Amino acid sequence: MKLNYRIVIFVAAIAFGLFFSAPSLLQTEKGAKITLGLDLQGGLHMLLGVKTEVATHSRIKSLAASIKHFADREDILLDSLKIHDESVTFVLLDSDDTPAISEFLKALEGLVINVDGENYALSLTPEAVEKTKKQAIEQAIETIRNRLNQFGLAEPTVARQGEEKILVELPGIKTQEEEQRARELISRAAKLELLAVDEDRAMRVYNMNELSAAKYGDVILDDVSKVGVKHLLREIPILDGSMLTDAQVAFDQNNRPVINFALNAEGSQIFGDFTGANVGKRMAIVLDSKVYSDPVINERIGGGHVQVSGNYTLAEAQDLAIALRSGALLAPIYMMEKRSVGPSLGADSIKASMMALLGGFLLVIIFMVFYYKGAGIIANIALIANLFIILAVMALFGATLTLPGMAGIVLTVGMAVDANVIISERIRELLYQGKGIHKAIEEGYANAMSAILDANITTLIAAVVLYVYGTGAIKGFAVTISIGILASMLTAILGTHGIYQMLEGRIHKTKNIALWFGIKVDK
Amino acid sequence: MEFFKYTHTYKFMGKSKFALIMSVLLVLGSYALLATKGLNYGVDFAGGTIVQVKYEQAAPINEMRTRLKNNDVFDGASITEFGSPEEVIIRLKTSSQNVTVDVGDITRTALVGTGNFEIRRVDIVGPKVGNELREKGVMSMLLAMLGILIYVAFRFEWRFAVASIVALVHDVSIAMGAISLVGLDVNLDVLAALLTILGYSLNDTIIVFDRIREGITGSKSTNLGEVIDESVTRTLSRTTLTSLTTFFVVLTLFMFGGEIIHSFAFTLLVGVVVGTYSSIFVASPILLWFGFDIKGYRNKLAEKAKRVAEKDRIRAQYEEGTL
Repeated sequence: MKLNYRIVIFVAAIAFGLFFSAPSLLQTEKGAKITLGLDLQGGLHMLLGVKTEVATHSRIKSLAASIKHFADREDILLDSLKIHDESVTFVLLDSDDTPAISEFLKALEGLVINVDGENYALSLTPEAVEKTKKQAIEQAIETIRNRLNQFGLAEPTVARQGEEKILVELPGIKTQEEEQRARELISRAAKLELLAVDEDRAMRVYNMNELSAAKYGDVILDDVSKVGVKHLLREIPILDGSMLTDAQVAFDQNNRPVINFALNAEGSQIFGDFTGANVGKRMAIVLDSKVYSDPVINERIGGGHVQVSGNYTLAEAQDLAIALRSGALLAPIYMMEKRSVGPSLGADSIKASMMALLGGFLLVIIFMVFYYKGAGIIANIALIANLFIILAVMALFGATLTLPGMAGIVLTVGMAVDANVIISERIRELLYQGKGIHKAIEEGYANAMSAILDANITTLIAAVVLYVYGTGAIKGFAVTISIGILASMLTAILGTHGIYQMLEGRIHKTKNIALWFGIKVDK
Repeated sequence: MEFFKYTHTYKFMGKSKFALIMSVLLVLGSYALLATKGLNYGVDFAGGTIVQVKYEQAAPINEMRTRLKNNDVFDGASITEFGSPEEVIIRLKTSSQNVTVDVGDITRTALVGTGNFEIRRVDIVGPKVGNELREKGVMSMLLAMLGILIYVAFRFEWRFAVASIVALVHDVSIAMGAISLVGLDVNLDVLAALLTILGYSLNDTIIVFDRIREGITGSKSTNLGEVIDESVTRTLSRTTLTSLTTFFVVLTLFMFGGEIIHSFAFTLLVGVVVGTYSSIFVASPILLWFGFDIKGYRNKLAEKAKRVAEKDRIRAQYEEGTL
């Protein structure tokens, strides 16, 4: 027995494999572990789209709101201020106000202003539309992330995918009910608006439809708890949730959960002005197009504190407060792709693929010993080392093990023996040609090398393409295959060669080729 | 233990005509199947919805059907057993975009009172994502082949590259024909399996080609057919052995891997068999038919060796200071 550099590297690789795969295999507390994919541990994977056109529309709406607020403050008389799909129009009644209104409009960014006499038409520039859409996506990502962080689930992932998709991954969701609650929280627009009640026409609301309401610049909204109750409200909001600074769950005198929220300085100002000017009238608190309450304004309300009551449970109120706190979604989101796996299915998949892995592994190992005898045992050592190294590398790089990834490992087992089969066949061939043991081993490795390299590199090419073009779980398959191929070059080529070199003296001594290589050579 | 003796050379190329007829028939048959029966695209590529439900006892599948049919969402749904009598899979061609309430939630409420059950899986794939996945799938297949073609042409010779690609197309076509024949749902995992077949079959072909390349430069014979027979025979043990071990492994996956990995394993199973066959009976004869010129190739190699030797000689002289 003698040491050589190959065996030293091989032993080091085995030590590396054992050391870094131990945390994953033994589930120790410390150390980097392999993360299981959502398909194995259970969880929710979603690809969400953003309806960005809604964001541009609400930008138009808030433009109208700020024009109205400005005109009211400066006592400028406007007629038929209207919100269209992509523009705002109004008529200036007194041309003396032209300088004031144009100065105000000029200060606003990203607007195309068309003036025809006293008729004004405002729309967004294409750049502003683009920017609004982009912001809507970014804001959606930020908002969803905030909400999930406050929801208290372990390791949520929220990331942008491509131009306008949002990837959300929630491992550790246990039940479908829990999953639905998370989805509700994420998708909730949480758009808070304060709208004035149209007191002049409120009595006639049940005789009106959307269209006739729109004629007066009104909207008809449902009540959140009283079925069938409708409210007629001014379309242009007094203020919206963008001026909100905080939302907390509290309890009212009847010990029912309510939400208290606070407004920023600008919001408090607007709110104070409005309530001061409209004492005796009603104001509706609207969340996601549902009227939560419509209290009568008794006096000017300063300080910017508003309370929203509604018939919700404590959990609902808490989720609502989270949603309000983390901001509204400028644009609604929709489902493009969803994959949810229950934890028990994940456990079943692990069990089944483990069984397949162990079964296949045992079959190969027994077969190799049977066919190659000593050389088979040497190949098996490399195979087992290979398995540990794959696990270790995956743990070190924080790679995710998916179900196809498991299949990838099973497949690598089949392919990793290939290198040793090629080498053993070459050695046998040389032995048949009457070469000595030393020569047969060295030349066998040299002859086998080009075939093994070419074969591995082409498989690697396919794996890299899979990784680049694959999605989710398939990427996991490409990862394990690639690591497996690289590891097998180390174990099957370098490692086994080292073992042969170390044992060469002993092979010579026994002279038993049948025992070491499984063939009989006639002398 | 040995499967094949090295002393005997098997005459593979003599039988390559039979192989050709068989391959052409199989490939044409596969295309006919693909054209008439077609592939059964699953939710990943066609878009749609899958809900997997598991009961603690045998699933009351008829009651489930009547209950679900009450809701418009389940119009045209197929409700079938999945792997065991306890598990049921509901397939829909449609996909809803609603984040808050999805088909899983609707199923859960609709089935309340039919026994103790658990919704184990809900997959929803929108049409846009499905199309994207399909485009990416085809793209990955083509790119992988292109990469391989370039590599083999660079490492061997263009005829080898074309031969290996023909073998690949042959294997993938037959595998897809088999998928169509048994009516497997084609999802992402089947695509992964097809790509694995690409890699695997190529592996096999490369090993044989490597031997042929060695035979071309080393053998005494200048008859390409003889060289190929000799080389294929030399690699026969290896081919059989590796194919067998891989086959065993995939077979255990197929038998014990569970319902989810079933299509993946089936595709691989077909691929291993066809891939092994094609490296011997498809890829190698193509070299013959292309009229690969042994003498020309040897001359080219000899010239290349001469050029390298010349270069070395000049460098040696230069380093000695004689130039």
